[in-house]
Amino acid sequence: MPSIGRDDVARLADLARIQLTDEEVDRLAGEFDAIIDAVASVSEVATADVPATSHPIPMTNVFREDVVGQTLTQEQALSGAPEAEDGRFAVPQILGEE
Amino acid sequence: MSTAEPTTPIVPVDYDEAIARFDPVLGIEVHVELGTDTKMFDGAPNVFAAEPNAAVTPTSLGLPGALPVVNRTAVEHAIKIGLALNCQIAESCRFARKQYFYPDLAKNFQTSQYDEPIAFDGWVDVELEDGEVVRVEIERAHMEEDAGKNTHVGGSTGRIHGATHSQVDYNRAGVPLVEIVTKPIPDTGGRAPEVAAAYVRTLRDIFRALEVSEARMEQGNVRADVNVSLRPTRQDPLGTRTETKNVNSFRSIDRAVRFEISRQAGVLDAGQEVVQETRHFHEDTGGTSSGRPKSDAEDYRYFPEPDLVPVAPSREWVEQLRASLPELPAARRRRLLGEWGFSDLEMRDVINAGALDQIEASVAAGASAQSARKWWMGELARTAREQDVELTQLAVTPGQIAELQGLVDEGKINDKIAKQVLVKVLEGQGDPAAIVEQEGLAVVSDDSVLTSAVDQAIADNPDVVAKIQGGKVKAIGALIGPIMKATRGQADAGKVREIIMDKLGVS
Repeated sequence: MPSIGRDDVARLADLARIQLTDEEVDRLAGEFDAIIDAVASVSEVATADVPATSHPIPMTNVFREDVVGQTLTQEQALSGAPEAEDGRFAVPQILGEE
Repeated sequence: MSTAEPTTPIVPVDYDEAIARFDPVLGIEVHVELGTDTKMFDGAPNVFAAEPNAAVTPTSLGLPGALPVVNRTAVEHAIKIGLALNCQIAESCRFARKQYFYPDLAKNFQTSQYDEPIAFDGWVDVELEDGEVVRVEIERAHMEEDAGKNTHVGGSTGRIHGATHSQVDYNRAGVPLVEIVTKPIPDTGGRAPEVAAAYVRTLRDIFRALEVSEARMEQGNVRADVNVSLRPTRQDPLGTRTETKNVNSFRSIDRAVRFEISRQAGVLDAGQEVVQETRHFHEDTGGTSSGRPKSDAEDYRYFPEPDLVPVAPSREWVEQLRASLPELPAARRRRLLGEWGFSDLEMRDVINAGALDQIEASVAAGASAQSARKWWMGELARTAREQDVELTQLAVTPGQIAELQGLVDEGKINDKIAKQVLVKVLEGQGDPAAIVEQEGLAVVSDDSVLTSAVDQAIADNPDVVAKIQGGKVKAIGALIGPIMKATRGQADAGKVREIIMDKLGVS
């Protein structure tokens, strides 16, 4: 079972935009290993004839008809926004990406 | 995360030289916004222009507790696209979360499909302007949602650089998209730019025929990402590719591919390696510039969307949709070619001029195919060029063209008058028959009017009369001219000729 090292934790934190201290990275690296060990026991019973599944209940094709439903007004949509401007959500400078 | 351009300046290689020494391989991703009434996962209206953030629901905004439900019509559209592209339709497929942080989606992930697309393994034949056909293999077509729209504030040109902050409108967030990904397109050589543009045009035409999207490039309904790589010869493994994002017109697609081939050849000539990255196309210069490195950005940590159950289209449903497919553009062109009796060259010119729909509609309204072609490829094509607009944007309908031609065929007006009437139609003065009526433009075939005009011409031109009577019947043209002038061009030239010959006793 591959273990989660400090580098993996730092990279995941970066991808998730979570700032961690060195101590936290150390601690989480250990905790991740414990979690993965615990979950690994599932693969002991999941043999090749058990298909991967994302839902406990076998259910498919839950659709809605293409009919316009209730929408929010602009005022309602923006009511939870920390900042709004010109009817739009105002967000901080987007850095380094385009 | 933007990377600097290599420090050694890269000199792009002349296109023909680049093609002589390198073999380009293409890969194209096309996103099409589906023309459903509502979004992919919620009942917010799918509209192009509306007040910002007024076509949203809690689901569009990714508010806590809001749950997505799949739009059945969007799934049907996706299956139709798959079928039209000769794809297999998955017996079961799932949605997945593609995680990235960017304010254009409020959820911090895009609901997409990853390892289980709804359609896969297809192909489409792409016809180039000279009639050569290139078969493009389709890797997959999958369903996903569009993102909202960012407006960058404070920068000089609305760009991110220099912006103090950004504004987000989520009206477009959640609009259904289908993304179509090709397999690598090899062996196109110097025609790679043309093939890329023609492929996207072919898809655009299919989307319209299927009525799954308005497919207007200028509104961003269809967007293309173009991958280009070079290798020394067709036998070599694929080179490193770049992906030029969001190239949104056929001409830009052609230019972007052309530029990347020249640029990458320059990179390789300088002894450097092509960097795998996304690039941005610039309309003003026709060039591309470095975006973000691909490898880093691609760690999207996909996983199956737990809030949606799998889509498992029954074979009955798929076959029902297959049976409902309309005639596709390639088949329609073959049929019309047969019906109209055009030459291959005439047909290609019509297609390249974008006149096919107009001619078909004119024929449906009663015009003969050749006369419809004559109007749309002649006077109207010229007017469209002068006004720098598409044929469809001209202020004349196919019905009016059929009516105009009908007036000519009935002998009510001649070709010359018809052109004058057309100008008036284009100016918005009404329908052809009404204009002819109002302005008294109908051909003068009233014998008494013509006879007096002929008498006058004979009296005015004794020398011409002498020639005609002396056997030079060709000189009759010199009499017809003044008569046409006297009747403001409305005389029936054949009739005039008949009267003159009668009067002068020649035959």
